[in-house]
Amino acid sequence: MLSLKVSFWATLLSLPLGVAVAYLLARYEFWGKQALNGLVHLPLILPPVVTGYLLLLTFGRRGAVGAFLEQAFGLVFAFRWTGAALAAAVMAFPLMVRAIRLAIEAVDPKLEQAASTLGASRPWVFATVTLPLILPGVIAGAILAFAKAMGEFGATITFVSNIPGQTQTLPSAIYSFLQVPGGDAKAMQLVLIAVAIALLALVLSEWLGRAVARRIAGS
Amino acid sequence: MSLSVRFAHRFDGFALDVAFEAPSGVTALFGRSGSGKTTVVNAVAGLLRPDNGHLQLDETVLFDAERKISVPVHQRRLGYVFQEGRLFPHLSVRQNLLYGRWFAACGVGADFDHVVEMLGIGDLLQRQPGRLSGGEKQRVAIGRALLANPRLLLMDEPLAALDEERKAEILPYLERLRVETDVPVLYVSHSMAEVARLATTLVLMDAGRVIRSGPAADMLSDPENVPALGVRAAGASLNATVAAQEEDGLTRLQASAGPLFLPRVDAPPGTRLSIRILAQDVILSRARPEGLSALNMLPVTVTAVRLGDGPGAIIQLQAGEDLMLARITRRSALALQLEPGTECFAIIKSVAVAQSDVGGAW
Repeated sequence: MLSLKVSFWATLLSLPLGVAVAYLLARYEFWGKQALNGLVHLPLILPPVVTGYLLLLTFGRRGAVGAFLEQAFGLVFAFRWTGAALAAAVMAFPLMVRAIRLAIEAVDPKLEQAASTLGASRPWVFATVTLPLILPGVIAGAILAFAKAMGEFGATITFVSNIPGQTQTLPSAIYSFLQVPGGDAKAMQLVLIAVAIALLALVLSEWLGRAVARRIAGS
Repeated sequence: MSLSVRFAHRFDGFALDVAFEAPSGVTALFGRSGSGKTTVVNAVAGLLRPDNGHLQLDETVLFDAERKISVPVHQRRLGYVFQEGRLFPHLSVRQNLLYGRWFAACGVGADFDHVVEMLGIGDLLQRQPGRLSGGEKQRVAIGRALLANPRLLLMDEPLAALDEERKAEILPYLERLRVETDVPVLYVSHSMAEVARLATTLVLMDAGRVIRSGPAADMLSDPENVPALGVRAAGASLNATVAAQEEDGLTRLQASAGPLFLPRVDAPPGTRLSIRILAQDVILSRARPEGLSALNMLPVTVTAVRLGDGPGAIIQLQAGEDLMLARITRRSALALQLEPGTECFAIIKSVAVAQSDVGGAW
């Protein structure tokens, strides 16, 4: 299923960046922090079609970044499944960062201080104290992002169109079936699949979150 | 090992300007809440960067404002025991204890088994910090700091968050620490009882400044320091050896000035103890009194008299080899004609000495 592949890669590849941005926003004061915060949240407030169009302008074959990437790495986003993944990642990014940032803000900086007095440098403090403590938040953020990526429609269809077998994700497939007479039944099948996947993700996130929280509380 | 501290720092509405030396042993920073003690410790640890000054541990410069030196926290190799423990909740007690060891540059550190045994935490190793009592947490925190192989141990009111019983549980471990390791300690406290039991050097702070500093025994028996220590908390310590456990529940101890009877002290004969006697619990008499309920009468010689501004007076006394303080009224001091050289008797009620004032080996 294309949607699963798209969402999986979108979530996996944006996760490290999400953690980094969330850490930056939660722990540091710097010039342009508000601008970064705004940029991250932009896809949440812009109409998805606008985001998709902006992506097309930037990452399209004639877009500044898109042309460079194609020349340097042979990487093409426009009208490929990779583009669908990019669009899903961008749209899901704000949700992921929010969840992780909340988790980081809940970690007592005093614990990080204690770790540094014990000889841990900043990266080590992050790896051995901060990261394990925010793991439930990271997992929740990832699952949220995955669910959002599964459902992404507007930006995807604008950026990579709706090519069956190539860029047709679950929501755009449902949309297509609904456009043709007699497609209701097939659409309904896909709807059921979508509901199942969403429920599964929800249950999984609850379970993972609880398991990790239990491990941390030590009971 | 010796730590040299000299720095100034300004916060909003608070100026700190301190200078003192901390030789090996336990150096206590004593002062009211808000006098800047924790700030000093944070500056030494590197958690706070002072506006100017110089911090040096032996030959190592930790901080120097002019030369723009500031060793990062994680490279200072100082163990820090915080007021509230700060154990890592996601690691077991054993992993917490070993945390600092991952980073300790040289392998020769404090011996794990020895530290665990000394702090009595052997049974807790597999537990998670969330399920420990306050006293257990603090012992683990002390062990964790020690096992990071520090050159200096910083303790910021490690007992303040605990109730009296837990304090009494941990104090003996801290005393052992002083005896069994040669790591110097910078100890922040606002409890005179703790300071009297642990400190070898005392630094008195008030409003961001060091008022006086010096060897603890001298500082605590100096009448001039009484206002800063607090008249109700002032008192010097007598060194005494347990002589016998008597049948009626008392313990007989031998101090250099004479015998002392205290409510049961759980220690075998021969144990050397340090007994803090509050200045306000001492009565002075020119003649040896008769028919008195108080059991302890030590022959003493007045060495100094300090008349305060109020109705009180502090008398410093030589009791054998030790110095004591007595707080009496100015009227009595004049009536008894106390002056340096006067011989008299110091009377101490046995029950006035609290268990928490009986400390370990000196």
